[in-house]
Amino acid sequence: MERIPILKMGRCLLVSIQVDMDDRTAMTLQDDLTAQIVKHHARGVLIDISSLDVVDSFIGRMLANTAAMARILDADTVVVGMQPSVAITLVELGLSLKGVRSALDVERGMELLRKIANDQAEKADPDADQEE
Amino acid sequence: MTESRWTTLAEALRKHSQEVIEQWVRLQSRDLSMRNNLLKQGELDQQCREFYDALVQALDAGGTSDVIASESWAPVRDLLSGISRSRARQGFTPTETATFVFSLKRPIFDVLRRELEGESVGEQLWQVTLVLDSLGLYTTETYQKGREEIISRQQQELLELSTPVVQLWHGVLALPLIGTLDSARTQVVMESLLQAIVETGSSIAIIDITGVPVVDTLVAQHLLKTVAAARLMGADCIISGIRPQIAQTIVHLGVEISDVITKATLADAFKIALTRIGLHVTRKLSSQPRTETGE
Repeated sequence: MERIPILKMGRCLLVSIQVDMDDRTAMTLQDDLTAQIVKHHARGVLIDISSLDVVDSFIGRMLANTAAMARILDADTVVVGMQPSVAITLVELGLSLKGVRSALDVERGMELLRKIANDQAEKADPDADQEE
Repeated sequence: MTESRWTTLAEALRKHSQEVIEQWVRLQSRDLSMRNNLLKQGELDQQCREFYDALVQALDAGGTSDVIASESWAPVRDLLSGISRSRARQGFTPTETATFVFSLKRPIFDVLRRELEGESVGEQLWQVTLVLDSLGLYTTETYQKGREEIISRQQQELLELSTPVVQLWHGVLALPLIGTLDSARTQVVMESLLQAIVETGSSIAIIDITGVPVVDTLVAQHLLKTVAAARLMGADCIISGIRPQIAQTIVHLGVEISDVITKATLADAFKIALTRIGLHVTRKLSSQPRTETGE
């Protein structure tokens, strides 16, 4: 069975989906990803779906759910590189992926994650001093 | 029996062709007197002659009454469809176009009444009427088809013309919408905008609706869909060019667009867009450079 690799970059996890997702692969990815977030204390998850041409409602919901789970585990999710056709399909399906941030490519996605992390650090500044 | 009857008819028509054509052209010129700016006398004359020759030949070739489908009538049909298509383009009415065929009845009837005697006249007249009626209907049908082709071509052109995506700055796209938005157009708009976002790597798109006359719930829905799709791809949308009446309509209709940035003018939207990508506009050659935008 195919497994989608999850790469660790600093405190972020990078997932690049390069094969057609079926439902089992999607569920395995969800399991693996949540496990990895906990294991590496990840603060951000970047999912690259630029090679995905077709996304059905199941995969769309999986993305939204993964983002929600990551949020509970205190990691922000950014989906990058969505194809126009995929975006149109998701909107027509009524899945606007609320709570998932998106960026045009991996570079901007990373920048966005860094910015979110900085913002949070600033917000938590008074207490952060003692923690670090 | 049938053969000989058609041949007699054809012979009679051929014999008096000059006379029939002249009368026919005269009848039409009278009917079309208002239209003489659209069609020259010589042109009409030539059309009539060609059609008449083809008609006689088709009758001669042993015309069955199956005028619309048979092989021997093909040249006549081709001629007719050519004429009615060109008339549809020139702006003739359907009646005027069909008159081309129907006005031939009178001259032919006159000739037949003189040429044929006895009981066969009634039968012959009936046959000619059938033929000319079918041809007349065929003319109207082709005319209609010609008009429909024109309309669908124009629709297509409108669709292609009306959705240009322009790049205002590196990373800032604008989509000036003009005309009413329906589902088909929105689909094209959405696709071309998203495609342009991918191609140019723009993170901000401004949708300008100054040229959209009416915004109803459906149009608002379409706009929101486009914004949502762009957001999914990682680009932000700003809607600009909202006129006072449209703002009122949106509120009265209860359309929820509060999570989209809206601006009254394209200039305001562009200002926001520049700020977002970290640029600001300053005045040059001034003793005290004033910042127009930016933080």
